[in-house]
Amino acid sequence: MEKVIYLDNAATSWPKPPEVAQAMQRFMEEIGANPGRSGHRLSVEAARVVYAAREAVAELCNAPDPLRVVFGPNATEALNLAFSGLIRPGDHVVTSSMEHNSVMRPLRALVERGADLTVVTCSPQGALDPADVEAALRPETKLIAVTHASNVIGALLPVAELGALARRYGILLLVDAAQTMGACPIDMQKDAIDLLAFTGHKSLCGPMGTGGLIIGERVDTRALAPLNRGGTGSQSEREEQPLFLPDAYESGTPNTVGLAGLAAGAAWVLAQGIARIRAREIALTSQLLDALAAIDGVTVYGSRDGRRRVAVVAFNVDGVDSSDVVSRLDEDFGIMSRGGLHCAPAAHKTLGTFPRGAVRFGLGPMSGANDAAAAAAAVAAIAGEAR
Amino acid sequence: MNASEHAVILVYSTYHALKIERLLGRENVPCKLIPVPRHLSSDCGVCVRVHQSDVDIALATAREAGVEIQGCHPLE
Repeated sequence: MEKVIYLDNAATSWPKPPEVAQAMQRFMEEIGANPGRSGHRLSVEAARVVYAAREAVAELCNAPDPLRVVFGPNATEALNLAFSGLIRPGDHVVTSSMEHNSVMRPLRALVERGADLTVVTCSPQGALDPADVEAALRPETKLIAVTHASNVIGALLPVAELGALARRYGILLLVDAAQTMGACPIDMQKDAIDLLAFTGHKSLCGPMGTGGLIIGERVDTRALAPLNRGGTGSQSEREEQPLFLPDAYESGTPNTVGLAGLAAGAAWVLAQGIARIRAREIALTSQLLDALAAIDGVTVYGSRDGRRRVAVVAFNVDGVDSSDVVSRLDEDFGIMSRGGLHCAPAAHKTLGTFPRGAVRFGLGPMSGANDAAAAAAAVAAIAGEAR
Repeated sequence: MNASEHAVILVYSTYHALKIERLLGRENVPCKLIPVPRHLSSDCGVCVRVHQSDVDIALATAREAGVEIQGCHPLE
């Protein structure tokens, strides 16, 4: 295969650590059974694989209990579970203007069913002021729901401050950690995060089709309706859905082969160490930001400080459509990137890049300094031709 | 191994049993996950088998970790 430089890690990480595919192959060839559905050794071993994934994910965000990790196919379903399960007509939700449509669309649908929504405007750099969130709270506010980091410009939102705010007002905080789980330190307990939605296939280095919702101890699970109901392998004599975690929210056979890969990916992240991964990505992001900002005719969005963002960089080349830049990067330089609106129209409106969009580089745990340098050189060549 | 030396701890979910298995493993308390005996429960999952002499520590460990216990029975 022709060598490519993969800088679309914000969409999904690639390549994965080899242990991920090895764990999936081992599951398919040596275990293969349905977890939690019988007492035979292969079924128990399959459940052990899933439990190992729960433990690793819980450790990476200091969740109060591995049993509070509810797996599903992706962060989007986790967000839909949280929103549709928790929010009733008359409830008020506060969110930010940097959200992905995985947050915005389910919330807009709830508004059509009688809920109320306030979208707090972030700065053109993507910064959210907790005071603006506090000013938006009402007696009927039930939830603050924000992304941990923008999928467009990587800007980190102040979740610890929002957690403290939510506690003070007795409401819940949901954090969409799609861009941060496995890339940034997350502490659900210290930062008072009540609901954490994550994906397995980005910085956790697992396969697609894995993700989930971690449910904090302040969430009353009797007030959080499941998205799906069905077989759980537990309380089979009853025709009503069990109420205990994680079974209450995990009906149907899970993606166990995917979770085997996720367990291996999360174990790889733990072995690397979040602090080390984060430091490396800050250095790489800063290198790429500085190199792009130095090019004539290139506009880079968001803070230039790598510590205030995850490894996501968005920019535009004057006079060239973002999709054309993406095509040139692929065809002439073998560099994979993403253009357009990144499923986040609100974020692009906040940045002033709607409807034009931007080009996005997503660095990842396998990206190196030479990749960032090659990307900047390619952009410089494209910008040079456009002048 | 004489089965009468053992007891089984019944829990509500396979994952609850696995949590107990992990916790007891850390405490070096031997245990095994086995199919739930049909005369004890209609459930189709697994339960935790421990030595009779380890029942107290196993139950205390599980309860301390917040695992709800459905029952504990000598294994005949």
